[in-house]
Amino acid sequence: MIISQPDSTGHFGPYGGRFVPEALMAPLEELEHAYRQASADPEFQAELADLLANYAGRPTPLYFAKRLSEALGGARIYLKREDLLHTGAHKINNCLGQALLARRMGKKRIIAETGAGQHGVATATVCALFGLECIVYMGEEDMRRQRLNVFRMRLLGTKVVGVATGSRTLKDAISEAMRDWVTNVHSTYYLLGSALGAHPYPTMVRDFHRCIGVEARAEILKREGRLPDQLFACVGGGSNAIGMFHAFIGDEHVKLIGVEAGGRSGALGEHAARFAGGSPGVLHGTHSYLLQDDDGQVAATHSVSAGLDYPSVGPEHSWLHDRNRAEYTKASDPEALTAALRLARTEGIIPALESAHAVAEVLKRAPSAKGQLFIVNISGRGDKDTDIYREHLPELDQPDANQSNSIPV
Amino acid sequence: MPTNRIQSLFESLRSPRRAAFIAYVTAGDPSPERTPAIVAALERGGVDLIELGVPFSDPVADGPVIQAGSDRALKAGTTLVKVLDIARKIRETSQIPLLLFTYMNPALHYGFEKLASDMKSAGIDGVLLTDLSVEEAAPYMKPIREAGLDTVFLAAPTSTPRRLKLVAQYSSGFVYLVSRTGVTGERAALADTLAPLVESTRKFTNLPLAAGFGISTPEQAATVAMMADGVVVGSAIVRLISENADDSRIEAFARELRQAMDGAAAARSASL
Repeated sequence: MIISQPDSTGHFGPYGGRFVPEALMAPLEELEHAYRQASADPEFQAELADLLANYAGRPTPLYFAKRLSEALGGARIYLKREDLLHTGAHKINNCLGQALLARRMGKKRIIAETGAGQHGVATATVCALFGLECIVYMGEEDMRRQRLNVFRMRLLGTKVVGVATGSRTLKDAISEAMRDWVTNVHSTYYLLGSALGAHPYPTMVRDFHRCIGVEARAEILKREGRLPDQLFACVGGGSNAIGMFHAFIGDEHVKLIGVEAGGRSGALGEHAARFAGGSPGVLHGTHSYLLQDDDGQVAATHSVSAGLDYPSVGPEHSWLHDRNRAEYTKASDPEALTAALRLARTEGIIPALESAHAVAEVLKRAPSAKGQLFIVNISGRGDKDTDIYREHLPELDQPDANQSNSIPV
Repeated sequence: MPTNRIQSLFESLRSPRRAAFIAYVTAGDPSPERTPAIVAALERGGVDLIELGVPFSDPVADGPVIQAGSDRALKAGTTLVKVLDIARKIRETSQIPLLLFTYMNPALHYGFEKLASDMKSAGIDGVLLTDLSVEEAAPYMKPIREAGLDTVFLAAPTSTPRRLKLVAQYSSGFVYLVSRTGVTGERAALADTLAPLVESTRKFTNLPLAAGFGISTPEQAATVAMMADGVVVGSAIVRLISENADDSRIEAFARELRQAMDGAAAARSASL
């Protein structure tokens, strides 16, 4: 039996912990304390459950992808439809939880980072809902490629601050959010969007997403009378994956498959596959697998998907990796794009590019998995990626583009 | 008994009491070749201790000026190995105490056992890792302490008494007081959080207390010199370097700060 809980100091085996400047240590202790109290408070839990059900739209469906399963000719494939949640991705689960916590702590100013913009939109949404001031840091490169989400945040009353340092992506947005937090720590709540960062964030964010796996587990037992053979989720920071995996960690026969961004190639700087090209290191408050160069400098990353484009990974994933409880693989940019198209044309579901990475691994494994049950987490919907899909599928923008099947799926 | 240059320095400043003038420079900014001359100019200007910054790609505790300095140093090819070479070069002509100042990851990647022995042979006297909390420190700092090197930790205005006690316990050489919450950088006014921080940290340790973050002008340095045992100036010096200041300008800037600090100390002892 594998136990995957952090110890009292927030370590998952050798990973996790709290590596931040001293000015943030007491605020993290305060946050941990407040979170523990809230977790044990039935009123807090009831309010969160109500919001998740009636505002966000939980539970999400577990949908049997009949046409995709038949087309692949192997495993029976179920989709966990987090894309159907309010704001279009799983991120809202965590944002509702943390916003309630911020309100409980008396914080009126919320800051967040965002990569693909899904966490930014979810944060902007809950801040509008609770009447809180909201500032979202976003790399300028990500603002360019996810401009629809930038506008959505602004529509919701959030200030989006572009970050022009480093690679101008998620990593730099987190650094800038940490700088804001250390400066305005008394008034400000940092609503971190993935199962990353210093303790208690990796545990807290996981707990708020744990419902994904809990629902999926109960539903598959009801529908199929047994547990799935393999679970799939994409892994950027790893929040949707840990949310999906956690309820199954004790089910030793259920394979947990995390899919990282393989990007353009296996060369350092061309991908975001931490478990393929990284080694343990410290970034943004946590000890985990990290893409870094020979001098311990954090490496540049690339992925077609902004939400996976990050050099480190949540510490619990590093622990599951080292214990061989979860397996981590990667999908390249073209594989993810192809998988998205395939899902769109067989099931009528356009996934987020992040989620398309998980689908890509399903396409590889399903044909030879006759008799097996798969569940893949569709962590977000693809509307936000329309610009990128258009860029990669210019033939569909032609006036005479064939409306049926000009592109083989 | 003082065992190294940092401890000897603070010992020598006890009577007559003077505050130590501590300068931060990012090693390798603008180039690894230039740093020893910058350090020499600072020393001539009256700097007592150098924080030798190892550039890191993601300096979350630093404001824009030192971020830019780190970028310049990295672009110039500065690595931790080269910073050790820079220290050796400085040691050819100077005995000024050197504190290696960086983030956790470059040190972790290098390996702490090796770092301790290489720091020692390069003539570096201690280390401060901005994002290494006292809770995580023990295994990493063990080889550093065993090599007789100092381990300096940060205390902040947000630190609780329990934390200040831990910071004091884990520190040797001195304790670095972060004068205000925030990142490094020049500020128009000193924070009023420093005086209470000095007072509360003093309850837990007799180690020298040096203050930094937001100190850039002679007036500010003079004020802090009255309160603390050391004054750290960083961004103002890195900004000068970014303007391609020559050695004489760097030396003159240091001297101006030194004189302001010493004037304050003289006024203080005259008033006693």
